[in-house]
Amino acid sequence: MKKFTAIYGRELKYYFQSVTAYVTMGIFLILSGYFFYSIFRVYNFLSFQAARNAQYAEQLNLIDGVMRPLLSNISIVLLLVLPLLTMRLLAEEKKLGTFELLLTYPVSDAAAIMGKFLAALTTFTIMLLGTLLYPLLLAIFSDPEPGPVFTGYLGLFLMGSSFIAMGTFFSSLTNNQLVAGVTTFGLALFFLIIGWAAPFVGETFSKILSQFSLLKHFDSFSKGVIDTQDITYYVFLTLFFLFLTLKSIESTRWRS
Amino acid sequence: MIRVENLSKFYGITVGVRNLNFSVERGEVLGFLGPNGAGKTTTMKILTCYLPPTAGTARICGYDILENPMEVRKRIGYLPEKNPLYMDMRVTEYLEFVSHLKGVPTRRIDEEIGRTIGRCGLEEVPHRTIGKLSKGYQQRIGIAQALIGDPELLILDEPTLGLDPKQIIEIRQLIKNLGTERTVILSSHILPEVSQVCTRIIIINQGELVAVDTPENLRKRLKKASVIHVKLRESTEAHRAGDIVSAVEGIMMVKEAPSEEGTMHIIIEAAPDRDVRNKVAFAIVESGLPLLEIYSEELSLEDIFLQLVMEEEAH
Ligand SMILES: Nc1ncnc2c1ncn2[C@@H]1O[C@H](COP(=O)(O)OP(=O)(O)OP(=O)(O)O)[C@@H](O)[C@H]1O
Ligand SMILES: [Mg+2]
Repeated sequence: MKKFTAIYGRELKYYFQSVTAYVTMGIFLILSGYFFYSIFRVYNFLSFQAARNAQYAEQLNLIDGVMRPLLSNISIVLLLVLPLLTMRLLAEEKKLGTFELLLTYPVSDAAAIMGKFLAALTTFTIMLLGTLLYPLLLAIFSDPEPGPVFTGYLGLFLMGSSFIAMGTFFSSLTNNQLVAGVTTFGLALFFLIIGWAAPFVGETFSKILSQFSLLKHFDSFSKGVIDTQDITYYVFLTLFFLFLTLKSIESTRWRS
Repeated sequence: MIRVENLSKFYGITVGVRNLNFSVERGEVLGFLGPNGAGKTTTMKILTCYLPPTAGTARICGYDILENPMEVRKRIGYLPEKNPLYMDMRVTEYLEFVSHLKGVPTRRIDEEIGRTIGRCGLEEVPHRTIGKLSKGYQQRIGIAQALIGDPELLILDEPTLGLDPKQIIEIRQLIKNLGTERTVILSSHILPEVSQVCTRIIIINQGELVAVDTPENLRKRLKKASVIHVKLRESTEAHRAGDIVSAVEGIMMVKEAPSEEGTMHIIIEAAPDRDVRNKVAFAIVESGLPLLEIYSEELSLEDIFLQLVMEEEAH
């Protein structure tokens, strides 16, 4: 446990000591702030219209009008930003050779991987908490339902953790950070849009595809619904890629 | 302490090492000697449980590297060839990190770091960032991390690589001191270094073991003849020197070598197991010739190495 904590602590410190973490976070917060601003302006405009049309006004609420579009936009930004956070996790150490030394210490591969994964997850969580500013602003000036906001954030957290697990895996395959980042981005994007093909591939296959879709599972979270199936999906994806990372490290020993 | 049995490692079709057998006793300082690509680093990576061997195995402190890698790792300190360090960390911060990873009990960590810093001569730089230190200091930090946790066995891959002569001497001294209290394996292609520091030498070439012995025995073993050099002051009588020494019992050959102005240089070969210096000196002094110096020639390790490798190839 102390070994895990040492690795976790070092990684976390690295994130917050280096400029990259702050730049990544900064960009993330600026982009999501921009999304919040524009979505809110549109909502504002619609509200004025609704003032003249009572029926329309009934359909309008802060969750569907602001929070849902905001969270789904944030999920896209995560797709761009999380690979930047994960690409160095193992690739950098493999390149520098410190990873080889780490593997000769009496530390289990699992402790090393979990330390790194959880450090990235913690950094991501801090980033995500930063965006809570926007629902707080909404709460000051109005009263959005807290339930869907909470589940929406839970959904983002779970989705992010599966991205991070993917990123950890790709970072373990190469000693080139750029390759690790780009492949993570590619696969994560693929999982995000895999559902698009669903309408064209026949019934059974279509079901399978949409089961794999990151977006489909995110959808119910943003509506305020917690479905164990969706949670299972993200947790499974995360554990699956962490398991692959473990295997990949074992095999580097045999291959190199 | 270490028992290596039929150890082989192939990288695809490239031979890393082939069929190595040797053992190391507690308290030995073992030198691994060989040209580039000989398989020194490969052997060390296997012993540190980083690379699994293709065939064969090794036991370290009674634990098999394949069956019990965690027990083995607890007992070794390793300095890799490239000396990889976390350049963004400060020296004590790094050593503390390593202490945690090696499972040093928390209450003993400060003491452990203090001891290691003193040992490795890092007292001047404990709070500096590693990346900003000179190569010599970084090398010491590499050795320091290996020493953390007080391992029974130190494995150092080319510990003096890329250092200036003064640093090399200091690091060698450090290794020598370390060798008095624990087992050390170090690799090098600098032969004088190995003969100075090590109690035993293993020579490998192209992945195969060529010789294992103490530096003295290696020298003796390869000595085809004992060679003595005699220098005299040039005089009208000096040419008689050749005849005089030839008459000494046990001398096999005498020849004259080119020499500086005003002196005469004679090379004498005798049977390998006979020390004839005494008799030669007497003979010359008795004949009244002006003797300047007399010394026996030592085979350098370079000679030994070339000779062994050539013998090997001739077979
Ligand atoms: N990762 C690898 N993949 C393929 N071949 C390798 C690898 N590492 C080493 N080799 C090969 O194995 C052989 C032994 O290499 P090794 O690094 O053990 O030599 P060395 O004695 O340490 O050499 P040097 O003095 O240059 O450090 C060489 O032929 C080398 O090319
Ligand atoms: Mg080497």
